Parts: sequence; structure tokens; C-alpha cells
Amino acid sequence: MTLRGSRFWALMSLFLIALPFALPSDYYLGIATHALVLAILALSLDILIGQGGMTSLGHAVYLGLPAYAAAWTMQNANWPPELAIPFAIAMGTAVSALFAVLSLRARGLGFLMITLALGQVMWGAAYRWVGLTGGDNGIRIPVRPPVLGIDISSVRSFYVVVALALMVALVCIWHLERSPFGACLRGTKDQPKRMNMLGHDVWSIRFLAFVFAGFWGSIAGVLYVFDYLYVSPSSLSLPQSAEALLMVVLGGAGTLTGPVVGAIIITVIKTVVSSYVDRWYSLLGLTFIIVVSVMPRGLVPGLKAWFAPKEGGAR
Amino acid sequence: MAIDALTLTDIDAYYGDSHVLHRVSLTLKQGELLALLGRNGAGKSTTLATVMGWLKPRPGRISVFGEQIGGLSPEAIVAKGVALVPQGRRIFPSLSVRENLIVAARGKGRWDMERVFDTFPRLRERKSQAAGSLSGGEQQMLAIGRALMSNPRVLMMDEPSEGLAPQIVAEVGRIIAGLREEGLSILLVEQNLDLAMSLANDVVILNTGRVAAFGNAADIARNQDVIDQNLGVF
Repeated sequence: MTLRGSRFWALMSLFLIALPFALPSDYYLGIATHALVLAILALSLDILIGQGGMTSLGHAVYLGLPAYAAAWTMQNANWPPELAIPFAIAMGTAVSALFAVLSLRARGLGFLMITLALGQVMWGAAYRWVGLTGGDNGIRIPVRPPVLGIDISSVRSFYVVVALALMVALVCIWHLERSPFGACLRGTKDQPKRMNMLGHDVWSIRFLAFVFAGFWGSIAGVLYVFDYLYVSPSSLSLPQSAEALLMVVLGGAGTLTGPVVGAIIITVIKTVVSSYVDRWYSLLGLTFIIVVSVMPRGLVPGLKAWFAPKEGGAR
Repeated sequence: MAIDALTLTDIDAYYGDSHVLHRVSLTLKQGELLALLGRNGAGKSTTLATVMGWLKPRPGRISVFGEQIGGLSPEAIVAKGVALVPQGRRIFPSLSVRENLIVAARGKGRWDMERVFDTFPRLRERKSQAAGSLSGGEQQMLAIGRALMSNPRVLMMDEPSEGLAPQIVAEVGRIIAGLREEGLSILLVEQNLDLAMSLANDVVILNTGRVAAFGNAADIARNQDVIDQNLGVF
């Protein structure tokens, strides 16, 4: 591991450990937990966008669907969480494989529209199929159940679970990026034909990336329902997909820190600032416009370039 | 009798409705270097694209060491041991030098990353650098190294000397000669006649999509008429 690599992990761990001590109350720690759950979703989406160059507007499917699956099986079928969690993750991942087959028929705008349409189909089903999903009322879980005998009902204990999950996600995605598969995926982003010339089936590379993104999105989905103890059609909606996309673009696609930073900023604007400012959606839009005009590649790469020692001469 | 490394028999190829290759036949013998010459637009790159499976040959047959590959997908053709060093290098500029090599690695054989770095020491010095920041000559070395990483039985090179400084061209020539000495079968497309003639065992000359001449390199080199007619500038 390079020095810069180890510094990243040290800073990230320090940040996650210090956060509960730095925040004034459980209310704020709860918001931090929401942000980190969405950070995992944004990281999973960035596998598609930053690594694979596939911009999806339907990634909320992998947040909402596993959330529904976990909530429904625990609430209506009385499954223990130890069974409901793997089932929900498996279901989300399986659906991502199916949706990958459908959306990877197109590239660019076509891909974006198919993912959007599939997302809207899932949202429509959640909204209208009242018998299964409770419609607009959603499904509520009264208390956060213990998992494997571990009590995670308090805000602090659940924060630890989410922070650990985020670290595992970061490590896995970091390894993916550095693996030969990651290099292939980034190669197909700009030069699919060259990758084909080397004997790779470009479609399979994209398919695997899509399913990997669906898997980590599903983990975010399970954490989401354990976090809010509630799931409604809005978790599957287009605004939720757009928000995840915004997190990636704002923080910086193709970086590990970017989606996390983007998720934190957007969650803070949404929850903290919105209690003081009525038009927080306008504020979100304004922040986005300013960042992409000043730093088109996102905050993290933008700030890095800002603070990097200025090189003289060529390059 | 040794099996030929690559044979094309009566290949026709089309871009849409335009007929680009007319009954092209050629034979690359095992362990030899066949130079494919011709003016711009003669069909040299099209021939390579057809072997790679990007263009489907309509009639005709293509075989690699006796095995039919006509009509297979590009990835299946690479799996049969065909590798291409494309025209204009076509490396992955945003990937590092190391990653450019990793993505091409395939099978066990003589070539791995260490051996590529031994052959091209400059690449080892720059292995963590983005490939797009290499010089033209270094990118050509990388493109050759990348093709070798797949441990090919047939190596096709599309104008490896294009746009390079004379001393780099000479170095590329030495490397190609070394690969041929090792027994690799090479199909070389070149505009640089001297370079091609110095390396080739046999020569095929294409003119407007047809084979105009085929023969031993020394014989072709002596035949000034054939060269003027098919390669000369009017």
C-alpha cells in the first residue's frame, strides 16, 4: 500500500471514530448515520458511473427493493432478521442482474432512460400494489430487532454498524478498482473497442459491474430500513435515484472519497439546513450549480487540484 | 510439413455496400514475418480488421494454425492466439502503464509483466504513470508489450513505425526482429518500405483491395516495376 493509500484509510477511520464524540447529540448522530447509509449507496452507484461510465437514473431500486424485502419478511412473515437480511440482499442483487440484462442493451442516454423507466416501474408497483407494500403508507418496523443476539437498538450502536459497513464497502470497492477487473472496467469506459481487441467481452464486464453495484446498493437498502425503521415508495422514487447521482457528481465520480463527501453534504443540506431554510431544494440546486461550474469533476478532485503544489513549466 | 500460422483464402470484405477486399489470399508461415504492403486505402488495415473478426468475411476462409476462425467473435479470435498492435497505438490513456498490461494478460506462456519490462525497460520506470502521458515511442512499446501479454501465436502489427523518430523506428525494428527470431509468427503492415523489406521473409502487396504481388521479400525487392506500380507515388 502506498503512503497516500494508508493515509486515506487512517483519516477515514479516524473520522468515523471521532464523529460520535464530536457531534453534540444523538439527533445529529442519527443524521450522520443517514448520511453514511446513503454514502454506501452513492459508492455503489459510482462503480457504474466513475468506473464504468454508465450513468444510471434508477439506482434507488437497489435501495428501496431490499428495504421492502427486509421489512415485509420481518413484519408480515415474521422472519428473523438473520434470514430477512440475506434474503433482501440476494433479492436486490438478483433484480440488478435482471435489470442489467435489460439496460445494457443500450449505452449513454439510452441506458439512462431504461434505468429510469425500470426505476419508475418499481416505484409504481410499490405505490399501487397496496396489498403487498401498504401503498403510500409503506411498512413500519416498531423497534430495531437485535441481529445475531447483538442489541443495535440505540442510535450509537447502530451508528457503529453503519460505520463498519461503510469501511467494508470502501475496502471492497478499493480492491475492485485496483484489480485487473477494475482496470478492464475503466478501459471499457472510454475505449470499449480496444478492450474487445484484447479479447474481452465488454458486455460481460459491464454486466458484472452492474451486479456488483446492485449488491452494494442492496446492502445500503437493508441498512436504510434498519436505520429509518420505515420504508415507503419514495425510497424507490426518481428523486431518490437523482439524489444518489447528485451525491456522486457533487463529491466527484471515480474517487472513493467523493461519493462519501457528496452524501454527507446533501444529507446535511436536506436535514439540518432544511429546518432553518424553507427553500432547501433551491439551496441544493444552487450548491450543485456552483460546484460543477467551479469544479466540473466534483469537490474532491477539485479541492485536490486546488491545494496541489502548482507545477511550473510543461504539464 | 509445418502448419501455416495464418492463412486467408479468397476473402471478400465490405463496409456497408462498398466492396473493399476482393478475393484476398495470403499465407503467413510459422515463425516467419509476412509484410503486408500497399498504398493508403489498399485494404491493409481492412485485412487486419477482418482477421480480428470486426468485419465478417462473406465468402472465403481464415484459419489460424489450421483452425477456422472466420465468423468468430473478436474475443474468441483472441482466445485462439491472435493479437493486434493497432495503428496509432490505441493504448488506454487514462489507465496506468501497469494496468494497460494487466488488462491484456492471458494464458501462461513466455510473456508476463516482468518479461515485458525486461524487454522495454522504459516502461518499468513509468509503470505507475498514466499511459496517456508517455511519448509516442513509449506508447508504441506499450502497445507491443500489451499485445505480447496475451501470449499470442500470431502477432499482427499495423504500421508500428508510423509517426516515430528515426532512431525509435530502428529500435522498433530490432524488437520486431527479436520477436521473429524467437519463433513468433508476425503479420506486419507497414508504409516504411525499407523497414518492412529488412524484416520480412515474404511480402504481399495489395492494390485497391486485390493481391497485386506475393513472393519472397528478396525477389519483390528486386522487382522495381512491381514496387513502382503498386507502392510508388504518382
